[in-house]
Amino acid sequence: MYNLIGAGLIVIGAGLGLGKIGGSAMEAIARQPEAAGKIQTAMIIIGALLEGLAFGALILGK
Amino acid sequence: MVAKKSIKFIAILVLLMTTVSTFANEGGEDNQHHEKGNKVDTPEEIKEYIAHHLKDSHDFHLFSNNETGTHVSFPLPVIVWSSDGLRMFMSSEFHHDDNGHVIVEKDGVKLTKIHSKIYELEAGAEAVAFDEHHHAENAHKVLDLSITKSVFGMLIAGILMFLGFGALAKGYKKGPIPTGVGRVLEPLVLYVRDEIARPNIGEKKYMKFMPFLLTVFFFIWILNLLGLTPLGFNVTGQIAVTACLAIFTMIIYLTNGSKDFWMHTLWMPGVPYILRPILAVIELIGFVIIKPFSLLVRLFANMTAGHFVVMSLIALVILMKEAFGPVASTGVSLILALFITVIEILVAFLQAFIFTMLSSLFIGMAVEEHDHH
Repeated sequence: MYNLIGAGLIVIGAGLGLGKIGGSAMEAIARQPEAAGKIQTAMIIIGALLEGLAFGALILGK
Repeated sequence: MVAKKSIKFIAILVLLMTTVSTFANEGGEDNQHHEKGNKVDTPEEIKEYIAHHLKDSHDFHLFSNNETGTHVSFPLPVIVWSSDGLRMFMSSEFHHDDNGHVIVEKDGVKLTKIHSKIYELEAGAEAVAFDEHHHAENAHKVLDLSITKSVFGMLIAGILMFLGFGALAKGYKKGPIPTGVGRVLEPLVLYVRDEIARPNIGEKKYMKFMPFLLTVFFFIWILNLLGLTPLGFNVTGQIAVTACLAIFTMIIYLTNGSKDFWMHTLWMPGVPYILRPILAVIELIGFVIIKPFSLLVRLFANMTAGHFVVMSLIALVILMKEAFGPVASTGVSLILALFITVIEILVAFLQAFIFTMLSSLFIGMAVEEHDHH
């Protein structure tokens, strides 16, 4: 039961983080469309780091 | 030339099909060994089935009919190092048993399979005795060197890479433009070089790490895509495989660390002396444990989660059959499974990309040389 609540909290946190990254990347691309490639790469790296953290927490809490 | 190839292909296909049908017949005879003779139609059994699929196994299990006890699968060789030396046989000798009922005797060594692990019975024991936690009491695990499903998958990936890149390398002897399969591979190799290795490792040193990065990239990508075929590979979802890949990355960036890297890790300049040992501990834990751990967990969890979702959506056929009827449940689960599978194709590439990208990022951190100012 508690681990399910924990999993929900992790997903909320990861969702907030991913939303922030995605939103900021969108804004950045809208301001500077010529830098879209670089921004996307950086976005994916940060997304992956965040995802690693979320998955780590999910697996440790299993 | 084409005709010759197609004849070869048909011959292999026929050979494979005869093997499948042989073992299909063989499975029919020993349904008395099967404990669970009922249908997979409860959530618990679906969960168990998915968990079984996510694990490594000693044969390719395609499908079963539990009512007639027919199993259709390819056997794979079992190679174990028992207390009395090496033993080799095909996994079909276990007759799809996974609960320690079938005991295979090979030159005085009695072997059995419990939950996809090979156990050796102690001297004098005739059958496996279980304690209350369902652990075998009179049997112990042996060193298992079998060609399991995952090992087989890795061999396939290795052969595909060898053939593909061999053809690409040969193509360059004829001229600057590759032919055949090389035309597909060349842009990918250039992509890894120009988008992943060069910006992260640096212009001077990236060439040294290209072999490793390319191997890891294509190895993970091919295995991820193999995982989407109906054969049921889940190689990059095995934590041992991803752990090995992450440890390779760790060894490479630790052994190639520049003087500046070790200086900044162990004795950070520009920081009060009292903080330096604390920072050294944190940095060391980061480079030796956290970075490889995040690499291995990310790949493992992504692929496992992907397989889990696809299989759960397919299981909807069974779960929703009662409520919505067979046609609607099949339609819904097919559409959802197709959607997720298309996303998984993207994830297969993305995870290979991320692993290679982060590996090169960590290598770049380690080999970087700072200007002294």
